[in-house]
Amino acid sequence: MRALRAWLGGNSAAVLALFFLVALFTLALMAPLIAPYVPTAQNLGNTLAEPSWQHWMGTDDLGRDVLSRLIHGAPASLFASLLAVGVATAIGVPVGLLAGFLGGWVDDAISRVIDTLLSFPGIVLAIGVTGALGIGLTNAMLAVGIVFAPGLARLMRAQTLVVKQELYVDASRCFGASLSRILLKHVMPNAVQPVIVQVTLLLAVALLAEASLSFLGLGVQPPQPSWGGMLARAYNYMELAPEQMYAPGIAILLTALAFNTLGEALRQALDPTRRRR
Amino acid sequence: MLANAPRLMLVGRRLVQFVPVIVLATFVVFGLLKLVPGDLAATLAGEYATEERIAQIRESYGLNDPFLVQYGRWLWNAMQLDLSRSFQSNEPVLEQIMHRFPTTMLLVVGALLVSLVVGVPLGILAATNAGSRLDVAVTSLSSFGVALPNFWLAMILVATFSLSWGWFPATGAVRFGADPAGAIWHAVLPSIALAAGGIAEVVRQLRSALIEILSSQYVRTLYAKGLSPSAILWKHGLKNVAVTLLTVIGLLASRLLGGAVVIEAVFAIPGMGSMVVRAAIVKDFPVVQGVVFTMVILVIAINLMIDLLYTIVDPRVALK
Repeated sequence: MRALRAWLGGNSAAVLALFFLVALFTLALMAPLIAPYVPTAQNLGNTLAEPSWQHWMGTDDLGRDVLSRLIHGAPASLFASLLAVGVATAIGVPVGLLAGFLGGWVDDAISRVIDTLLSFPGIVLAIGVTGALGIGLTNAMLAVGIVFAPGLARLMRAQTLVVKQELYVDASRCFGASLSRILLKHVMPNAVQPVIVQVTLLLAVALLAEASLSFLGLGVQPPQPSWGGMLARAYNYMELAPEQMYAPGIAILLTALAFNTLGEALRQALDPTRRRR
Repeated sequence: MLANAPRLMLVGRRLVQFVPVIVLATFVVFGLLKLVPGDLAATLAGEYATEERIAQIRESYGLNDPFLVQYGRWLWNAMQLDLSRSFQSNEPVLEQIMHRFPTTMLLVVGALLVSLVVGVPLGILAATNAGSRLDVAVTSLSSFGVALPNFWLAMILVATFSLSWGWFPATGAVRFGADPAGAIWHAVLPSIALAAGGIAEVVRQLRSALIEILSSQYVRTLYAKGLSPSAILWKHGLKNVAVTLLTVIGLLASRLLGGAVVIEAVFAIPGMGSMVVRAAIVKDFPVVQGVVFTMVILVIAINLMIDLLYTIVDPRVALK
């Protein structure tokens, strides 16, 4: 416990965030075992019920258990965030590494593409891709990942530019190491730290993007539960049962906050010059 | 001297640099249509179309031509402000966009103003009291702002200020041209909801930039000269963060446009955002393409403008 806290730069909030995320991932993986009801089971005789011993968070407009839907919504949100950020990392890191290391016209061309893609409003492009490929969470999050990739590539490129000046890179080149060995063994491990921080922060952005898309009806499709989708339903019954919108909203807020807190703590823990702040 | 030679050269160079960006961006937008799986003509023709009807559609949309020819034709038309017609209503897409454009822009500009008016003072307060309780409070609040789903905040605002207290209208919008006061009245809650993330971004960026400047060598020299802290802040500190502020505004332009899409859905505002969402659901591709195109060109234009403003705010940029 103490070691964990020390690793995160003595930041108690970050430890709390980490525990929250571990608990949430466990919950997501074991959702069918933990949730008290089947999330799509309707009971039209008991709609928009207040919290009770049978239904801890009440029921929604079709009499479905809110707590169960909240638990079953976690896997979709987490999977979506990981998918989008995974795609962004798989594209952004190698591209940035190559641009920074090779320089010259390769760098010029890649940098121009990065500048272009950075001017796309992410969610609008995701909506466009969803419209073309067909509505569904996977397509939408692939698009979000592609929109995130240039940011990561730009960061990786900047780091690579610094690291490739180091003596040990020259040394390994003198020893006749291959390009792939220099990149993978020497440049990447020393340049990747800020990228790890950025990836953690992007998880929060991706989570919010998924929630927005599901809210708009372009992500997770009903009757499958999702936090954004639950808010969309709650919106329709806002005058009748305003309390319906609190649980899913708080779930999104806390998860995004946890990713951000962890990312900020990593930034400080990994950066020796800013340890004071 | 606004129009000296190096600045004009820089403006020219920037404009030239933006040409490939625009070509590439339009290429991506056009490529969206090519993502549609299967035969686009068959999709367009509907479920019970005959072979002849499909062939006719393929011919009339030029789908038999090679990809680059189709792209070239599309770009040529787009440059002449012809963004094709909606599959649904058969109205010209550009006309529909122009009709909705002012509503969305009112929202985005409103949110930008709220972000700056709230964010700048908070950022200055936090930076000048770095490490204090006030700083911790402002910083934590901005962490919340970044993590807050804007459409959820919008719902809370509607539930509180519209449904419970009746201060503001819950949904809809009024055209600015028809009734400016009513338009602003309708835009208050959506702008605030949209601005939450913007405020947080302004606070974070301004705070860290100002802290860096206030702890720099030359500010220490100014203290040694005997200048008061407020004189240093107003005369030297803020002048130097103007560049940071411009960068943030550029960043926010793209983010607020994206956020407006979701916020418009909550408030049932007939803007470009609700237009693109509905078009995506009913597969009205020209409309989707047109809105993405308009927003990307808008963001690129804003960034170009900001690049040029850099040279006015910070003359060193022009000399590089």
